[in-house]
Amino acid sequence: MRFKNKLLIIISGLLIGAAAIILMTQGNPANMGFCLACFLRDTAGALKLHQAAVVQYARPEVIGLVLGSFIISLVKKEFRVQGGSAPFLRLVMGAILMIAALVFLGCPLRMVLRMAAGDLSAYLGLLGFIAGIFVGTQFLKRGFSLGRTYAQPKISGYIFPAIQLFLLVLLMTGSSLLAFSESGPGAAHAPVLLALGFALVIGVLNQQSRICQAGCFRDLFLIQDFHLFWGTLAIFIAALIGNLIIGNFEFVAYGPIAHQDWLWNFLSMLAVGLASTLLGGCPMRQLILSGTGNIDSVITVIGMVLGAAFAHNMGLASAPNKLDEAGQLVGGPSLAGKFAVVAGLIILVVIALQKRQVKQVERKI
Amino acid sequence: MKLIDACGLACPEPVILCRNAVAAGEFPFAIEVNDQTPKENILRYLKNNKHSAEIENLGDIIRIIVNN
Repeated sequence: MRFKNKLLIIISGLLIGAAAIILMTQGNPANMGFCLACFLRDTAGALKLHQAAVVQYARPEVIGLVLGSFIISLVKKEFRVQGGSAPFLRLVMGAILMIAALVFLGCPLRMVLRMAAGDLSAYLGLLGFIAGIFVGTQFLKRGFSLGRTYAQPKISGYIFPAIQLFLLVLLMTGSSLLAFSESGPGAAHAPVLLALGFALVIGVLNQQSRICQAGCFRDLFLIQDFHLFWGTLAIFIAALIGNLIIGNFEFVAYGPIAHQDWLWNFLSMLAVGLASTLLGGCPMRQLILSGTGNIDSVITVIGMVLGAAFAHNMGLASAPNKLDEAGQLVGGPSLAGKFAVVAGLIILVVIALQKRQVKQVERKI
Repeated sequence: MKLIDACGLACPEPVILCRNAVAAGEFPFAIEVNDQTPKENILRYLKNNKHSAEIENLGDIIRIIVNN
């Protein structure tokens, strides 16, 4: 049983890493592969929630993850419609997580993919992410809780997967209800069916293996458990091997669609790590849970989509570093983005300080 | 025997409650969850730390009894 579980999480991680590289070679943006922050941002753009014309595309990877998780949870009878654990706080923290991820330019998954391509700026992100999780576990130890979930009307568990199915139909018919980028990262995408197929399989495996990138370091700090760590390590190894094969590995100060501002790479991922720990899972895990009837995760994902919209509408997202024609380095985090990260960190700490011990009725059996 | 209600709590709170009870040495005790993930997490924690546990399925609720 134990060996089977470990094998499952390693296979999950290897497949995510491999799929990210394969999808990249088939058209997805550089070192993005399967980044959920980027892809939720693109989906927010496709729904016209923000007007950044270069990042608008209803990503089939998001749709597939949710639907894969939905299907397997039904098959395995793990589909349980639950919610009501501090929904508004989850929405706010989801939005903060996303804004911070877009200052870094990637979710924890893209951070690992960037690391596996030799992007040194991502390693600073990793330090921030681990520090954020460490801070989060200190709050958990002193009793932070978002409270219990309770059973919700069954119909509410089906709505989010149904929306994904509807989005898929709109995407495949090229509906004018959606915006489609004509240039930039939003226009770079792998064939829909290939991306969807990978995402469905990954959704199934992830739901069963419970792989989570925030949980990976959290469990190391809290209970010295390496189980989830093997999953993230497997993503890194598969992506590293993939990058070496396709010649995409090179140590650089900053890779494509990234910036080298070490302080803001660190601080933005600190916010992502803290928010993920308080929320009980990284963006990928939240998406998987949203397919299994977990309404709290649905609210978190909606918060992330809103955060992405704000990040682009208000110029909070960073611009990738590059050299202009005069050889000057341009891009990097915006002043507004830096303020947003600091404000986000303060809000997260204020929320985390609300020590809300879950009521334990003394019962003997 | 003390009963800890961890139903409806998100990860990693059920494991923390279990860890706190283990640290307090309140054996035997029972902890109840209503989802597969916390059940797996608690059992993995107990196994890693060489505690023995029994599982009772009570409909939607899973009761884990930690003996020592």
